[in-house]
Order: sequence, then structure tokens, then C-alpha cells
Amino acid sequence: MTPAIATEGLRKVYPATGRSGAAAGPAVQLPPSASNGAGAGQVVALEGLDLVVNEGEFFGLIGPNGAGKTTTIGVLTTRVLPTGGTARVAGADVVRQSVTVRQRIGVVPQRPNPDRSLDAWENLIYHAAYFGVPRREAARRATALLERLEIADKARMKVDQLSGGQQQRLMIARALIHEPTILFLDEPTVGLDPNARNSLWEILRDLHRQGRTIVMTTHYMPEADELSDRIALIDRGRLLALDTPAELKRQTPDGSLETFFIAKSGRRSDT
Amino acid sequence: MTAMAPILPAASIANPHPPVSAGRVFLALLSRDIRVARRELPFFLVRTIMQPMLFVIVFGYLLPRMGFTQAGYQAALLPGILALSLMLSSTQSVTLPMVTEFGWTNEIEDRLLAPISTNLVAVEKIVNAMIQGIIAALVVLPLARLVMGPVAGFTFSHVPELLVVVILSAAAASAFGLLLGVLINPQQIGFMFSLIITPMIFFGCAYYPWRGLDVVPWLKYAVLVNPLVYISEGLRAALTPTVPHMPLIAIVAALAVLTVGFTWAALVRFRIRAIG
Repeated sequence: MTPAIATEGLRKVYPATGRSGAAAGPAVQLPPSASNGAGAGQVVALEGLDLVVNEGEFFGLIGPNGAGKTTTIGVLTTRVLPTGGTARVAGADVVRQSVTVRQRIGVVPQRPNPDRSLDAWENLIYHAAYFGVPRREAARRATALLERLEIADKARMKVDQLSGGQQQRLMIARALIHEPTILFLDEPTVGLDPNARNSLWEILRDLHRQGRTIVMTTHYMPEADELSDRIALIDRGRLLALDTPAELKRQTPDGSLETFFIAKSGRRSDT
Repeated sequence: MTAMAPILPAASIANPHPPVSAGRVFLALLSRDIRVARRELPFFLVRTIMQPMLFVIVFGYLLPRMGFTQAGYQAALLPGILALSLMLSSTQSVTLPMVTEFGWTNEIEDRLLAPISTNLVAVEKIVNAMIQGIIAALVVLPLARLVMGPVAGFTFSHVPELLVVVILSAAAASAFGLLLGVLINPQQIGFMFSLIITPMIFFGCAYYPWRGLDVVPWLKYAVLVNPLVYISEGLRAALTPTVPHMPLIAIVAALAVLTVGFTWAALVRFRIRAIG
């Protein structure tokens, strides 16, 4: 069976100045004498990352700030061009077949970035249209998603009038409206209250039960523990550990994922 | 949340939706921009009409009645005003949204995630700006004509030339607008208007024909870097051909070269901004 996601030696080095693009966190800034092929001032975000995510798997990605989580999501969602290595999503190469990849994925960004010229409803309808969903069907799906995410009463509001949490729920609806088989979520519960977070967890469990592949980054260890089939801990663009939550926790004296995180990365998870 | 039906139909996993054609995605992107433009119609009209009509009132109505302009000046002015409307509207309708969406809000993200090549997302922006520029010229034409009164030598008899000039002008101005939009950041908008757009307007041969610059030869050749010169002269060649103007073939060639050059540069820069 083709894995949902496979990366081999994935590498991303940002240029020394004027890093552009949406998805990047500070990673490792190289000193002038750096010996790994990158120049002075360049930022190495990913350093030979090998990952395989199976179809239908809920895959948690954890790591300190600047570990390379967002860059990994950026590459896998075709929004960041890798410097080296390969990445395939849904069987398609993220660079050479980016359009095929985009067809299959849904993305919930780290910070809500709705289309501010449109209202909440139109955000969903037009996004669906970009994926070829007929208008009537898009309207049916938008109604169901807004109901389920409990923002149906905000449908005709300009997105600026929505709270941060409501905008985040709109982003989740947007990521789902074209019914992707692989879902990427970059710290999706930041800014959500506990009720909204539980609701989102339920939705993610539901999507997972259906057999959709989910890749989620988080700083919130209970979230990674609760939802993931497997968790990858990355830091400085490298994979430090990859296993089931139970197995990772078994490696610590107190059986806590937080303890594992700190021991492996040498830093605290900044929840 | 209580137990309820799955949020998405399970069938969409076993039978993923078939790929959507690039043409269909392109039209969806365009319909989004047209929706936004329709919503902003009052602002669009003010932005489009205000500046050209103020110039029409002063230069096409007041000064001729005061006797400060020669007979025939209006024939040189009217195509220039239309050129100005077309260029300003095309450029602004793509530059400002691009600066905001890339620089501040990153809200273009949902279109960059659409299943279409990044180049076509950029080309759609150009096509949308072309439509807005052409509409602006169509709105200003009857108003300007109304204020100026009859314009000697004004004709609609050169339709093929007019179509070629209008489409190429809109394309060059829109591609230029996209290039500006992906080059500058939000803090530089004021700088852009003061240093780029305003000199373009005044040295774009909109208020005087290019041949009139025979009196200042160095300026006559210096203004050739300005795309608005070819738009103004092109519309003179098509709408008031009795006014001395550049040869049409030179105008069309220049507009074609500018369109290709601006589009190429804008696409390169757009890709850099869009994909990290």
C-alpha cells in the first residue's frame, strides 16, 4: 500500500536574508563556519527528514519552537519549496505534481487567514468552487459544516467580526469543504476555549475513524497523546523520536509525554 | 457536542473526487474577484472616476472656455484621459490587494492551495485587473464626452485597432500592477504613489500628445520608459487619429513587449512570494 505521506532526506535551508513565504519558523541560524553545506546566515529548517505516514493514520508532530514543524507542513502542503530530498503526498511529488497534491489535501493554518473580502459563508462557497464543487452542493456542505462547528449564526458576517476562535473554526470548515483525504492541522487548537477544543477533538476523531489521514502539529502534549496513533518529535530539523504515545511515555520514569519532550529536546514545550 | 452524523461522507475516501480542470479553477478564482469588485462598486467608481473627471473638468471644460487652450486640444486630451482611467484602474485593482494579501494578512493562502498552478493564480489576477481597467475606461468615456461637449475628430471607425490597443493596454497595465504588488511591502505604498504612479501620470502623454514633446527632445525620449505613453498614444491612434501620434505598429509592438516583460517578471516574483 502506498503510504499517505513519505519524505526522504527532506531538507530546507532558507536564504540568509529576506525569507519569504508563509510557513517558516526560526530554526538554526548558521555561523559563518558552518560545515553542512549551507552558507553563513542561512537558516536550516529541515536537515534530512525521513517520515512515513500511513494511510488512515493520525500523526502527531511535536517539537520546540523553531524545530521545523511548520516548515514540514509547508513542504507537504506545497507551500514551501524543499531545498533537497523528496516528499510525496497521496502518491504525488509535492514539487513536480503540486496540483495533484493540493487536490487531495485540506490545510488548517497556524494563524487564521480567511479571505477578508468575503463573509464567512462565501469563504466556504468560493473555496469549494476552487475545488470544482458545484454551487448547490457547496451550499449544502457549508450549511452542514457551519452547523457542526457551531458558527452557523455567523455565516453572513464579515470575517473581521468573528472572534479568533470562530475564525479558527471557519478555517477548519474551509479545510474540510472539498472533502480531502489527507488533513494537515498546524496547532489547530491554539486560541480555542476548552469546549471548542473538545468539539474539534471529536471532529478529528470522527474524521480519523472514517480512515482519513491526519497530520497535526501541537505544543499541547495531552492533545498529541489523546489523538495520535504515532508521534514524531523533531528538533532542529531532525527526527529525534517516532513511536506510539504509549511507547514514548514508557521511556520516561513518570510516564509523561511532557517529560519525554523535555528530556529529548532539552527544552520545554511552550504550551 | 452530541453524537451525530459524520462530518464528511465516508464515501469521499474510497472514491476521492476526480481532478478538476485548470479552466474551471481559473473561472472560480475570477468569479471570486468579480464578487469582491461588485461589492466594492461604489469605491471602484469613485476611485475610477474622480481623478480623470477632475482633469476633464479643468482641462477639457474650464480652460477651453477661458481661452487658454487651442482648438483641437480636447481631441488630444480625451484619449489621454481614457488611457489614464484604464491604466490607473487596472494597476490599482491588482496592486493594492496583492500588497495587502501577501504583506499583511496572508489571506491569498486559500487561492494558493487551490488545485491550479501558481502561475495561473497570478495570471487570473492580471485578467481580473484587465476587466476592471476596461470597465473604468468605458465608464469615463461618456462622462468625459458629456463634460467636454463635441470633440472634433473623435471617431469609432477604427474598431480593430481600438480592440487591439485596449486589450494590450489593459494587459500591460495589469501586469505592471501585479509586478508592483508583489515587489513592494505595505509600508511602501505611499512611496509607490509619490515616486512611481504620480510621475507616470504626468509624464504619460495623457494631457499632451507625445509629438508635442518635440519642443523638449530629451524628455520626448525619456518618457518612452513609461507604459502610459503607449496607452495614451494608442488610444489617440484609434480614437482621434487626426491628432499627430506615434505609428500604430510601434505602439502595438511596445505594448506587446511591455506585457510580456511585466508578466514574466511578475510571475517570477509572485512565485517567490507565494512559495517559500
